[in-house]
Amino acid sequence: MNKVIASADEAVKDINDGAVLMLGGFGLCGIPENCIAALVRKKVKNLTCISNNAGVDDFGIGLMLKQRQVKKMISSYVGENAEFERQLLSGELEVELIPQGTLATRCMAAGYGMPAIFTPAGVGTEVAEGKEVRNFNGKDYLLEYAFNADFAIVKAWKGDTDGNLIYKETARNFNPMMAMGGRITIAEVEELVPAGELDPDHIHTPGIYVHRIFQGNNYEKRIEQRTVRKKI
Amino acid sequence: MALTKEQIAQRIARELRDGYYVNLGIGIPTLVANYIPQGINVVLQSENGLLGMGPFPFEGEENPDLINAGKQTITTVPGSAFFDSALSFGMIRAGKVDLTVLGAMEVSEEGDIANWKIPGKMVKGMGGAMDLVASAKNIIVAMMHTNPKGESKLLPKCALPLTGVKCVKKIVSDIAVLDVTPNGFKLLERAPGVTVEEIKIKTAGKLIVEGDIPEMTF
Repeated sequence: MNKVIASADEAVKDINDGAVLMLGGFGLCGIPENCIAALVRKKVKNLTCISNNAGVDDFGIGLMLKQRQVKKMISSYVGENAEFERQLLSGELEVELIPQGTLATRCMAAGYGMPAIFTPAGVGTEVAEGKEVRNFNGKDYLLEYAFNADFAIVKAWKGDTDGNLIYKETARNFNPMMAMGGRITIAEVEELVPAGELDPDHIHTPGIYVHRIFQGNNYEKRIEQRTVRKKI
Repeated sequence: MALTKEQIAQRIARELRDGYYVNLGIGIPTLVANYIPQGINVVLQSENGLLGMGPFPFEGEENPDLINAGKQTITTVPGSAFFDSALSFGMIRAGKVDLTVLGAMEVSEEGDIANWKIPGKMVKGMGGAMDLVASAKNIIVAMMHTNPKGESKLLPKCALPLTGVKCVKKIVSDIAVLDVTPNGFKLLERAPGVTVEEIKIKTAGKLIVEGDIPEMTF
């Protein structure tokens, strides 16, 4: 078993035009910075990106949007990005907005081997248009399908050479769901250790879901909304 | 005098009960955390994956890996827990969160809420709002009673695309506190100096007024 690869460029080398990607992170927190940079260098096009957000103008998925590499975004919230707005209004970019819990659970369903889920989110709204509604115990639920992504690209805090992953604080967010949900899962980690060094009781994503792993570098970890209080 | 945003938050905070798990939306709802009454312990849920959200960090102690659902840097309190987004919405869907407070652009007399989209203008997305309103046991809406043009935002039917149907239980606006009942908006309290007549004029949906309506005090 050799899951360890040298670099982000090697990790994304077979991601080609038209691929469907899951990209972990919430806002700019816990995003796979190194792989996004590699995709920007590779200049692959017509990508479908499943990601809760679309980054900001000059960071995260925003960097791929700027180069017009993204054909379609599947997200729950896409504010804070002027280039995104421009492409959306001009019709260059296709966007599917779905509720955040539905997004997370459709990723999870893929990793659990379940073809679909039922959720009450969006019942009676335009999100429900064209979807099957089923009533359980007097309440309506929408049928939502598991995602089918070619690659999942996630960021973890620590990983081992067998692909086991541990996330840190709220940088966990969508990363575990997406790690489970991709046909090929690429994990970039802040610290890569030999198998056996991580406590098996502390693993968030078991290595069976991870196909490629590498230690990233130069993490910027940009803060989107810096809020502080004054020391009294 | 209409309530300030801080007073709306302060009034909503009086609805908190000891031991509540609470999800506060972005905007006025976030301010509710500043007015939690003494002796009441609540646990704040942030839907990106945290129970036990604390105040903003001190300057210089910001942690990029620790943010809330508004992408703001935050801290944790003792007893907090991190989890992934699927689990976060799992606990929301399963009805474990006792109270959800969120903002709205419109609420209907049946409790429908619209707060995520204005057609023709920029659409930012619903984030977790649709999941929250579809499952929360108790939803309080913090909102302005009228829009900047003076038109009522408490309507017989919402005109904007819906976020959820028949889900809002209570509204705290800048001029009134109202319950959403099967028969319409029931007026409970009025802002200091605001008359029942003014609330009637500014409420387009069905308004129920029974007996004397007390004035809020701060």
